[in-house]
Amino acid sequence: MTATTERAVGSDVRRIDGPAKVRGLAPYAFEHEVDGTAVFVALVQSTAAKGRITSIDTSAAQALTGVLAVLTHENAPRLGDVADEVVVLQSDRVQYVGEPVAAVVAETSEVARDAAARVVVTYDAQTPDVELRTDRDDLYAPEQLMAGFETDSVIGDVDAALAAAPVGVDITYETPNQHNNPIEMHATVARWDGDVLRMWDANQGPHNLVPVITEAFGITEDRLHIVSPYVGGAFGSKAYTHVHQLIAGMAAKVTGRTVKLELTRPQMFTLVGHRTPTIQRLRLGAELDGTLTAISHEVVEHTSQNAEFAEQTATATRLMYAAPARRTTHRLARLDVPAPTIMRAPGETPGMYALESAMDELAVVLGIDPVELRLRNEPDRDPERDVPFSTRNLVACLRQGAERFGWAGRDPRPGVREDGRWLVGTGVAAATYPTRRRPSAARIEAVPGKPYVVSIDASDIGTGAWTALTQIAADALRVPMDRVDLRIGDSRLPKASGAGGSTGITSWGPAIMAAAEQLADRDIPAGGLTVTGEAGPGDEAEQYSSHAFGAHFAEVRVDRDSGEVRVPRMTGVFAAGRIINSTTGRSQFLGGMTMGLSMALHEESVLDRTHGHYANHDLAEYHIAANADVGEMDISWIDEVDDLHNPLGAKGIGEIGIVGSAAAIGNAYWHATGRRVRDLPITPDKYFR
Amino acid sequence: MREFRYEKATDPAGAVALLAGEPEGAYLGGGTNLVDLMRLGVATPDVLVDVRQLTSTEVEDLPDGGLRIGAAVPNADLAGERRVRERYPLLAQALLAGASGQLRNRATTGGNLLQRTRCTYFTDTTMPCNKREPGSGCGAVNGYHRNLAVLGATNEGADSSHTCIATHPSDMAVALRALDASVRVLGADGERSIPIAELHRLPGDDPSRDTTLAHGELITAIDVPALPWATRSRYRKVRDRASYAFALVSVAAAMDLQGDVVADVRIALGGVAHVPWRATVAEDLLRGGPATEAAFVAAAEAELAAADPLSDNAFKIPMATNMVTRTLVQLAEARA
Ligand SMILES: Cc1cc2nc3c(=O)[nH]c(=O)nc-3n(C[C@H](O)[C@H](O)[C@H](O)COP(=O)(O)OP(=O)(O)OC[C@H]3O[C@@H](n4cnc5c(N)ncnc54)[C@H](O)[C@@H]3O)c2cc1C
Ligand code: SF4
Repeated sequence: MTATTERAVGSDVRRIDGPAKVRGLAPYAFEHEVDGTAVFVALVQSTAAKGRITSIDTSAAQALTGVLAVLTHENAPRLGDVADEVVVLQSDRVQYVGEPVAAVVAETSEVARDAAARVVVTYDAQTPDVELRTDRDDLYAPEQLMAGFETDSVIGDVDAALAAAPVGVDITYETPNQHNNPIEMHATVARWDGDVLRMWDANQGPHNLVPVITEAFGITEDRLHIVSPYVGGAFGSKAYTHVHQLIAGMAAKVTGRTVKLELTRPQMFTLVGHRTPTIQRLRLGAELDGTLTAISHEVVEHTSQNAEFAEQTATATRLMYAAPARRTTHRLARLDVPAPTIMRAPGETPGMYALESAMDELAVVLGIDPVELRLRNEPDRDPERDVPFSTRNLVACLRQGAERFGWAGRDPRPGVREDGRWLVGTGVAAATYPTRRRPSAARIEAVPGKPYVVSIDASDIGTGAWTALTQIAADALRVPMDRVDLRIGDSRLPKASGAGGSTGITSWGPAIMAAAEQLADRDIPAGGLTVTGEAGPGDEAEQYSSHAFGAHFAEVRVDRDSGEVRVPRMTGVFAAGRIINSTTGRSQFLGGMTMGLSMALHEESVLDRTHGHYANHDLAEYHIAANADVGEMDISWIDEVDDLHNPLGAKGIGEIGIVGSAAAIGNAYWHATGRRVRDLPITPDKYFR
Repeated sequence: MREFRYEKATDPAGAVALLAGEPEGAYLGGGTNLVDLMRLGVATPDVLVDVRQLTSTEVEDLPDGGLRIGAAVPNADLAGERRVRERYPLLAQALLAGASGQLRNRATTGGNLLQRTRCTYFTDTTMPCNKREPGSGCGAVNGYHRNLAVLGATNEGADSSHTCIATHPSDMAVALRALDASVRVLGADGERSIPIAELHRLPGDDPSRDTTLAHGELITAIDVPALPWATRSRYRKVRDRASYAFALVSVAAAMDLQGDVVADVRIALGGVAHVPWRATVAEDLLRGGPATEAAFVAAAEAELAAADPLSDNAFKIPMATNMVTRTLVQLAEARA
């Protein structure tokens, strides 16, 4: 290990898993053949949102040839002490429409589904309560928010500051229920080898699942083996254990067979989480020159009967802009809905939509350019924690974005630009996302003449992490990339954090670097050498406020007759630390911005108030942006290395792209039409109200 | 999904004979709608008689200058057919506005006419729906109905067994309705021709029936009569995203413009009713009158005056009014 090679990090390397994927050679969870004798599971789901099962008749299902077992709460194996939201087939209680009430195991998937349709369940059902409103009298303050954030924050006398402010806005925004919907639906292949449970599973980190699954089945960690090399998207929905994984484990146990369970697309709308809807009241007070004097951000959102999921919606507001008086609050309504979960930038995505829309509305009231308004309120330290930022380049993002987009000279008046029947406008919004790292370990096996085998239970959910980590390993070992054989996605590999919270590279990269460090200047004996390294958070999180930042600019066209909305171009500029791979990095920003566009214009899961189900539960009715909706996407980033946070100087890039992009589009919609739509998505019908 | 038998016949008459003896059987075209509904348990045929390769895949000239379209012609082929693009631009545009490239390759002309509503309560067997399960009530009327009908619907409340506010989802059928196409049908008693106006029906007191076809009647072809001035025609579809979504509102229109006068006009609307909706009120007002925007607005408003919207689909009235107006303005401005 003496030869220094060109740095792989920072270069434009193609995905190393790309060829296998395009040739269909990369097995996704459901495609694992295992032993060729797998049987199939189909679920029977509750039609009641709340109540008790009064009877289950499985006789017609059991009479079908090929049916091996029908699991219900009356006969399913008892699970250990796991969180309420994953408790399944354990009692006669139902808590949401779609909750599994039986599972059929059969020789073919066709028979399993046919049999599932023949299971007759009766309920003592109560009227569901699924409506989120701010005037509910049962709203409550959770103990804390997701990721350990405080529920509320208050600095100064906010009400007095708001009352005294010469200029202010007081506006309520709403964001809808949304569903993650990765292309690969959740799937698990499960088999018991004696008392060892093996799972080939689609998830965002095998180790994430270990605590719940071992507890559920009463086994020790060494008796659970989860294999997940390739995952077809997740967006948060595959971060945690969900009921289907436990059902697969039970079905395998009861039948003694290898079982395959893949969710259907409609089941993706009930069993693996969703983004909570939010109602957010934003009050901003400012001096005439635009200096903010008060910020108040009050959030109402929902959680389910079986989980307390408290999304950290207003937390970005705690650090975005300077203001002496500031307050954020979160209140929850506990509704008869499935458990919400994390969905790409949980918290920041809905919260920054509201804050950045309100900043735009304030800029209009003040008559100040919205880019300029943000520049005037740039804090020099974290305004609530009173610590320095490790790096903060929002100003550079706004300036570079304005330059690339051609913002200068923008006419601020709304509804005055026409191109044929199109009304044309432009908008801007800022973005932020926390930079974090989590404990992870890596192992390197060095054998003379062979590639280094680098092992870590990291996940590549389509992000390019496999490639980026190989680049990092190559540089750390000072060898070319083809001398690194990276192994990921297996619970028997060294424990690593899951792919979530944009923490993958900042957590896994330093672990690999720490392992490589162990090999530095050591001769590798003929018999080989194995080293391990660990890395994790130090005191940087206490000393600094660390976040990625960004700026979005959008052009929006609205058909003045139909209300149809088009986004012909967007510019996104990000300050997100060292970018390991410019191709996959750009794709992360692009995907995030596109998902933000989709949020702005399309995505909404409609809850039926009478029945309590998500009415538009397939991809023909739940719209996500199609290719034709996505125009020119101009993506760039600021040169930034944040080595106060981690030795790679990287930040996360998986989520920052979605944050703020819906606000930029909403702001541009106003600029085009003169109308504010304050409840997403901005569908054509809203043009007519 | 229920188990089913798959059958093939050697000719259309054989298919009709096969299905005549199968009260729960169904014809299979491209399967892009029927197979989805079978997977969902909404359609439960015990026999499928494959007619995709059975009826004609040809588009033939009719003596009057019209076209006869075989029921098995794929949507994609029909959209690309030169004579369709030249004689009936609105029809080619309507086809291309529907579904996706893959679906259009697979879907047939006959199947497209008979595709069923996308109402989400209809496609979910756990929900009440008078169309799927007569008498069970209408889930949509008090629920998710943003994209359902505002014209010709029966809306007597969620519990009424008559209520149905479903829309017919086909784009192609809207253009064919404007063109006064007729549908050739083969039944056990021989062949008949049904004006498209009489094929689809309003829900009335039996929402379960989308059409007037009897069980086992096979669509063999669609005849589109000659309409020389249909060269001045358009199909305009408004949808929730730029492609691959069903219409919120669509307009198929053709205009016979003589100087500044609307000598004749055809207007049909999609996304607003249980049938492809022919805007006869508007047509009557416009015929012989001036080709002005004011006249177009007045005609569109008169057509929509009968609309009876619910809380979440009222937007369709101004949207349809605007789209009729704009489409007519564009036709009046266009060079034929
Ligand atoms: C995701 C998605 C999006 C779509 N978007 C659109 C859209 O935007 N616009 C649009 O117009 N359509 C859209 N479609 C619908 C599509 O156009 C129809 O599914 C298709 O045209 C049906 O044709 P098919 O041949 O596949 O019919 P099938 O599914 O085979 O049959 C449909 C029905 O017709 C009957 N049938 C078929 N052939 C005959 C015959 N010759 N005689 C008598 N009965 C017959 C069948 O028994 C069945 O009841 C979409 C479909 C999907 C899945
Ligand atoms: S609108 Fe018609 S199709 Fe929809 S639920 Fe009501 S009855 Fe059924």
